[in-house]
Amino acid sequence: MPRLVSHPDEVKIVTRRFGQGAAKIDRYLELGGYEAAKKCLAQGPDWIIDEMKASSLRGRGGAGFPTGMKWSFVPKQSTKPKYVLVNGDESEPGTCKDHLIFLHDPHAVIEGTIIAGLAIGSRLGFIYLRGEYRYLIEIVEKAVADAYAKGFLGKNIFGSDTEFNIITQTGAGAYEVGEESALMESLEGKRGIPRIKPPFPAVVGLYGGPTVINNAETIATVPHVIEMGGAAYAAVGTPRNGGTRLFCISGHVERPGVYELPMGYNLKKMIYEVAGGIRGGRSLKAVVPGGSSTPVLLPEEIDIGMDFDQVGKAGSMLGSGGVVVIDDQTCIVEFALRTISFYQHESCGWCIPCREGTDWLKKSLTRFHAGFGEAKDIDNIQYLAENMMGRTFCPLGDAAAMPTIAFVKKFRKEFEDHLNGKPCPFAKHVELAVI
Amino acid sequence: MSAETMSVFSPALAARFDLLVEKYPLRRSALVPMLLYAQDEVGYLSDAVVSEIAHRIGITELDVRNVATYYSMLRFKPVGRYNIQVCTNISCMLRGAYELFDRFQEELKIGPDGFDRDGIFSLEEVECIGACCWAPAIQVNYDFHDELKPELVPGLLDGYRGRALAESEGKDA
Repeated sequence: MPRLVSHPDEVKIVTRRFGQGAAKIDRYLELGGYEAAKKCLAQGPDWIIDEMKASSLRGRGGAGFPTGMKWSFVPKQSTKPKYVLVNGDESEPGTCKDHLIFLHDPHAVIEGTIIAGLAIGSRLGFIYLRGEYRYLIEIVEKAVADAYAKGFLGKNIFGSDTEFNIITQTGAGAYEVGEESALMESLEGKRGIPRIKPPFPAVVGLYGGPTVINNAETIATVPHVIEMGGAAYAAVGTPRNGGTRLFCISGHVERPGVYELPMGYNLKKMIYEVAGGIRGGRSLKAVVPGGSSTPVLLPEEIDIGMDFDQVGKAGSMLGSGGVVVIDDQTCIVEFALRTISFYQHESCGWCIPCREGTDWLKKSLTRFHAGFGEAKDIDNIQYLAENMMGRTFCPLGDAAAMPTIAFVKKFRKEFEDHLNGKPCPFAKHVELAVI
Repeated sequence: MSAETMSVFSPALAARFDLLVEKYPLRRSALVPMLLYAQDEVGYLSDAVVSEIAHRIGITELDVRNVATYYSMLRFKPVGRYNIQVCTNISCMLRGAYELFDRFQEELKIGPDGFDRDGIFSLEEVECIGACCWAPAIQVNYDFHDELKPELVPGLLDGYRGRALAESEGKDA
C-alpha cells in the first residue's frame, strides 16, 4: 500500500479521512460522510451551484476551470438525459493523488458525484478509472454497491423521490483518454480520439447529452466544500483559487509524497521544508511544477505561490499538481527525451501536428542525446515544438510542445554540451539513435 | 448469446458479461471493460475472444480490433503468467527505474520468445502507472510494488516463482 506522509503545514480537508478505514461505508458515516449530499438534496440545485461558485474551487485535472461555473453551463431543460462523469484516468506523469483518494476515501468521490448530479439534474454518473488501477476499481465498486445497499444510490436516494445511479468504468491504458472528449469516446466503446469543440460537453457530451466532467480530486472535494460552506473553503486558499490542493512531490527530494497544502503555498518551501529538500545534499537544477506537460522552472524561479494564477505568471502551469524535482546530476536532454517519448507513445495520431511533431521531436532528441546532434538541431527542436502549439484538437500536442520549448530555452547550454560528437556528459543511458 | 452456445469464457465471466452489456445506456459502452476482463482470464485477445465479444455486443470483429489496438494494456499475444511492467517515466527514472529495469533483464534473461527460461515471466517497460511519489514503482500483473530497489529484485522474483509452483502443484493435485 502506498506510503502516506504528513507535514505540520498541511491543511487536511480532502485527505481528512485518509488512513482511517473510510473505504468502509460505516466508518465513512461515522466520520460525517453523506451529510453533505443530504443537505444538498434539501437545498436544491441553485443553492449547490451558488456554494460551489463561492468556494472558487477550480478543476484539479489541470486546466483550472471554475467548477461552479462549469456546472452552471448545463442547460436546466434538456430533451436528452444529462450525465456526470468523474475523470479518474489519472495518467499525467508526476501525478498520483487520485490513486490515494480512491484507496482511502472512495465514498467522497461517490458523494461528490451525487451532489454534482443533484446540481445539474442528472440521474446517472460514471466513475472512470484507468485500467492499471485494478485494485482501486474493486474498492470503488465495493463502495458503490454499499451505497446502493444503504439507499444512498438508486431510485429513491436517502428516502427521497430523487433517483441517482453510478456506474464504474475501467479504461485499458491510454493517457489521451484523460482528455474530456476522448474519455467520452472511450466510454462509448470507441477509440479515445478527441472531439472538436464547440459544442462543449456541458451542451453535447456523453451519448449526446449535456455532461459535466470533473477530475476525481475535484469531485472528492465537493462534499467538503458543502460541509464547510463555500466561503469558508475559499478562505483557505488565495483569491480566485479556493481551498487546498493535493501536491504530489516526486523525484529527487528527501521525502516524496502527496501533501495537502493550501492553494498559493510557496513552491520553494514545499520542496525544501515540506519534502525535506534535495536528496543526498545535492543542489536543485529544475522543477516541473504541475505534471510532465508543464514548462520547467529554474531554481531562481521557484519563489512563487502555487496557485493557477501565480504559476501562470511565472511562465508555467499549476497543472495536475505533480511537482517533479530534478537535481544537479540529471541530464536535461535525457529528461526532455524521456518526456517527449511519452507523448510520442501516447499521441492518438488524429491530428498531424501532434502525431508527426512528437515523432520528430523524439527522433531529434534521441539523436541529439546520443551525441550526433548538430548546432542547428537546437533551434529546429524549438521551432518544431512551437509549430505544434494550438494546432491540434486536444491539448496533447501542446502538452508535448510546451515542456520541450522550455527545456531548450532554459537549458540551451546543456544542449550545446552534447554537440560535436560528444555523448551525454552525464552518460548513463545513452541509446543509439534509431532513426 | 444463449447459454447453450460454446463460450471461450468461464461460466462466471460469461454471466458477468451478460449483465455488463445491459448496464449502460448504450450496449457498446461495455466494450473496453469486456476486452480487459477477457484478457485477464484468457491471457490475451485471441481470435476467439475478439469474435465472441463482437457477437455479444453486436458489432463487427473489425470494429472490436479497431478499438482494442488503441489501448496499450490490450494485447494480441500471450505474456508470462507474471508480466512485469517497469515504469520508466520521469519520476521513476529520476529514482533509478532504468537501473531497476536492467536488473530485471539480467535476472530474467528474457529470450526472443518474450519469456524467461521457465516461461513464468515476461518483462516490459511501461509509461506512468500513477505511483510517482513511491518511485521507482512496478506492476506485476495488477500488483503494485513501490520504492523497489535493484537488490530486492531476486527475492521478488523468487516469491512469484514460489507462487507459480504452488499454483501448478495445486492444479496437478
